[in-house]
Amino acid sequence: MMGWLRSWEGGLLVVFLATLVLNVSFAPEFLTVQNQVNLFQLSVEKIIVALVMTLIIINAEIDLSVASVMGLAAVVFAYLLNQGWGGGSAALLCLCVGLLAGLINAALVAKVGIPSLVVTLAMMICFRGFSRVIVQDTSLGNFPDWVTDLGQKGLIGPLPLSLVIFFVLLVLLGVLLHRTGFGRKVVVIGTNAEVARFSGVDVAQVKIILFVMSAVISAAAGVLYAARLGSVRGDSALGFELDIITMVLLGGVSIFGGKGSMAGVFLAILIILNLRNGMALLNITGHVQTGVIGTLLILSVLLPNIVGDLRARRARA
Amino acid sequence: MNGLIGRVSPQTLRLIALFLALLATILFFSTQIEGYLSARMFNRISTSAAVVLPIAVGQAIVIMTRNIDLSVGSILGVVAYMTGQALGAMPEMHPVFAVLLAMGIGALAGAINGLIIAWGRVPSIIVTLGTLALFRSFLVEYSNATTITTASLPAWLVDLPQANLFSIGALDVRVTVVLAVAACLVVGVALSRLRAARKFLAVGSNPDAAKMAGIDAPRVVFVAFVLAGALAGLSGFIFLAKFGNITVVAGLGFELKSIAAVVVGGVSIMGGSGTILGVVMGTALVDTIDNSLTRWELVSEFWRDALLGMLIMVAVTVDTLAARQLARLRRKDGGAE
Repeated sequence: MMGWLRSWEGGLLVVFLATLVLNVSFAPEFLTVQNQVNLFQLSVEKIIVALVMTLIIINAEIDLSVASVMGLAAVVFAYLLNQGWGGGSAALLCLCVGLLAGLINAALVAKVGIPSLVVTLAMMICFRGFSRVIVQDTSLGNFPDWVTDLGQKGLIGPLPLSLVIFFVLLVLLGVLLHRTGFGRKVVVIGTNAEVARFSGVDVAQVKIILFVMSAVISAAAGVLYAARLGSVRGDSALGFELDIITMVLLGGVSIFGGKGSMAGVFLAILIILNLRNGMALLNITGHVQTGVIGTLLILSVLLPNIVGDLRARRARA
Repeated sequence: MNGLIGRVSPQTLRLIALFLALLATILFFSTQIEGYLSARMFNRISTSAAVVLPIAVGQAIVIMTRNIDLSVGSILGVVAYMTGQALGAMPEMHPVFAVLLAMGIGALAGAINGLIIAWGRVPSIIVTLGTLALFRSFLVEYSNATTITTASLPAWLVDLPQANLFSIGALDVRVTVVLAVAACLVVGVALSRLRAARKFLAVGSNPDAAKMAGIDAPRVVFVAFVLAGALAGLSGFIFLAKFGNITVVAGLGFELKSIAAVVVGGVSIMGGSGTILGVVMGTALVDTIDNSLTRWELVSEFWRDALLGMLIMVAVTVDTLAARQLARLRRKDGGAE
């Protein structure tokens, strides 16, 4: 127990409780169920994608194209609805768009062997470009009522569909990462891909599954985003990848792969959401909120390094 | 044929391929766009590339050391705003001093990155992801939602983008273009001739070996980020001169533009290899395509980003496959001897 408290997750828990106490002292109505649901719902699409990004980064890869896939799926969804498609079949086609995007990323990373940073950077520009081709400089809206209801209103009690999906994915991906053979492979490859290959792990296959999963989940998040907002534009979800990666890294996942836990990322998500909410209560603007979270991200890695250095120096003295 | 390929270095082959691609692009668009091969088009493309070029060269230095700088776009915004403000308050400031001021502010921001990365041992992607947000939010707070307008700037700066240094035939070469190219030249020559500058490549290609060879790796990485900041500052100055009106979103997305130019220019994202000439051609290629697509009547301008992304992907894929093929050919050559 003491060991866990001193771990990364333990530290995150302390920080989370601190933000919670601060928020409650500023606004007593903060802890109501509705406020907590609202808090989650404002960023629900990002935190859904953060879950799968956790697996990708633990695998020592990165997917910068997630926000563009979200945007593209949102735009395709809106376009199809406006063409008179049913919501279900439109959403299904969007998932296929995600599948295709994921296969392209996967093939270039796992088969051609180009670093994922480069592949997903190029595809990020490319997929964003396709959204612009479809909607040009207009916006698409006028969804059927049931679509926006599903995007905004509670499905199970006060929980909307998107939040239900988040919690289901949190458990599913948590189990996949920490309790299955596939999860072990993800971690082993992230620690040392060369060793994994010599041990007979099909490295390419694991990477293909991860990148396809990432794009399909991003596409689903994009559809949810469109349904929640009720209207999309060419720049929908622009820049979300940075927020998503920040959540994962703050959760203690190593950018070099091999290390990280779903619990840590979940706690980091809670911290970021509560921190933003608290800062909003203090009338701090969105840009500055992002700046504070950026500082937190740097400090989260810098401070342990400095503490480690000081300890090493004291041990030598 | 094999013998010929064997004798030319892969880096030279890459430069030749880039040059041919640039030539093919220009030839293609000259058949598609009326009046394409004109002095006006050259001006349009060269002045637009001049904004990206310094920032791309800075990014290249950082990537050569096996790092990345995602904050350069935000640095550009901060520098453009602060330099514009300083020039508005002190219009009599000497132009050379204005450029130095811009590069100084940029270098300071780069030093913050470099300090945390080199001695704090925090991965550059994390630090610069953080400072990307941090510098931008600083700009938002600092500017207090006011913008720099052309009217507040001294006349010499507003006229600078139209000012010619010299002309080659009908082609006018703008001062801003010369400024950008001069920066590339200095860095390019230093990288290929100066022992100190070769350390960037040494650290990037094998940090452990570099350390054992007595290279102070943290210092080299620090200097790389300071240079990237200073060059982003130079881009910020050219940006200010070109656009005049600076808002808090100035330079948004330039980190991606610069990485794209560097990667197309054949600098390995894994560090340790690359040339400044490649980066120059990469920037020229990306910018030529970008500027030409907006004038191409056959496709709507909304195709720009989609085609640009595909182009980058094709360039990198061809490069990777060709490099692998080349390595295989060499191994065969070596076996026969």
